[in-house]
Amino acid sequence: MDPSELREVVLDTTVNLLRLAETELPADAVEAIRKALTKESSDVAKAQLDAISRNLEIAGEGKIPMCQDTGTIIFYADVGSDFPLLSDLREILTEGTKRATEEVPLRPNAVNPFTGENSGDNTGNMIPYVNIDIGKGDTLRLSVLPKGGGSENTCSLKMLKPGEGIAGVKKAVIETVVEAGAKPCPPIILGVGVGGGADISLKLAKKALLRPIDNRHPDPQVAALESELLTLTNELGVGAMGLGGDTTVLGVNVEYAHRHPASLPVGIAIQCWAARRATAEISLDGEVTYLTHTAPEGAEQ
Amino acid sequence: MTEYRLSTPVSKEDIKTLRAGDTLYLSGTMITARDEAHHRALEFAARGEAIPVEFRGKAVYHCGPLVRKEDGRWSVVSAGPTTSTRLELFEDRFIEEFQPRVVVGKGGMGPRTTQAMEKFGCVYGSFTGGAGALAAKSIKNVADVLWLDLGVPEALWVLDIEGFGPLSVTIDSHGRNLYLEVSEQVRRRKEAILERLS
Repeated sequence: MDPSELREVVLDTTVNLLRLAETELPADAVEAIRKALTKESSDVAKAQLDAISRNLEIAGEGKIPMCQDTGTIIFYADVGSDFPLLSDLREILTEGTKRATEEVPLRPNAVNPFTGENSGDNTGNMIPYVNIDIGKGDTLRLSVLPKGGGSENTCSLKMLKPGEGIAGVKKAVIETVVEAGAKPCPPIILGVGVGGGADISLKLAKKALLRPIDNRHPDPQVAALESELLTLTNELGVGAMGLGGDTTVLGVNVEYAHRHPASLPVGIAIQCWAARRATAEISLDGEVTYLTHTAPEGAEQ
Repeated sequence: MTEYRLSTPVSKEDIKTLRAGDTLYLSGTMITARDEAHHRALEFAARGEAIPVEFRGKAVYHCGPLVRKEDGRWSVVSAGPTTSTRLELFEDRFIEEFQPRVVVGKGGMGPRTTQAMEKFGCVYGSFTGGAGALAAKSIKNVADVLWLDLGVPEALWVLDIEGFGPLSVTIDSHGRNLYLEVSEQVRRRKEAILERLS
């Protein structure tokens, strides 16, 4: 495909991914909320979970954002070195963000930290934030993760002593969930990054939010930690919207990197129930496959 | 848990019937006010100056809506609540000065607000955080907007609402605050879990 045509495909797909992410949750998140509602024993929590389900229906039907905080726009691009447009990718994603801000619409959420000025189109210095990972091949796998402010404010980083071990990791996660309380709009999803370094653990934690919550980590030790953390954090009883209840956490995804002998960093990313994410794969000849959602009408397939 | 449907202006007697844990659907007038609007309204009150909108018997909503203006008319696209704890600074004085009967937000409020609600007859209704599309559905009309110079999120949006909810009554006018009760319970459970882990 002609590079200028392919550019249009990537641009349209960017806008489509943003619209899909903002208006429709992927099936695993919807299912987790449905299960939480079915088994909830507290009437107050049940009313909140029911409101979340109805809100999702209204947003999906009307193609309107499920939450008025449409987030900070973050992209993950896993791109093959034989895919063209590598050097144009940031520019295309920025243009797509501006278009989506008008068309979806999205709330303008990019503020200059020094002047307080809102750019008005969700773009600015470093924003949208683009994580690019170049590998072999000729396809582009593009994900968008619009991240709400309320849940972002409750993320944490703990630099543990290696002697504290995995028990220390569990404590850190439990304390973060308690500290967050009602603030991140529970039921939440936890992304946990263990090891690497301060920045690496938080990067892993946030990227972990892209993994469906019904998938366990391939490493059985990590998978066991995910399951244990899910059980422990739900024993806390924070509940939907922090009003008490059986489900505080819908899912836990853990990723890790080898650590320095002297450090045990734990990055904890908290995602609200509006776990907005969308992924598509674009081939060299402009074929688009939507991996998290049904392809929107009129989109290239 | 009892379900109530009330319309503004709400009387003190009606507010007294609501108990923590009840569900409320509200119709009538609800006015948004965040940090800046609370701050300015209290400054007006301190100078003995009237504010341009009447809160008495109505609802105040901690919300910065996503709005759209078409053909000169405003409409609300999505309008979920913002975190109320920031307003703990102002809310007790705000309730005393302006006598709203319902405060709507998310995340709960503290002891000062709880005391003011008991003293003046007011409840805190938790609306589901993030459920902006559901909220917009029961907002029938933007009756007015004031103090737009504060910016769209911080302005006073006067909204006509019909069956706005569900609002979980989490602070009632009898001194009960579900958030404080839940956080005490969570603290105890956390200690038990951490002890088991060590």
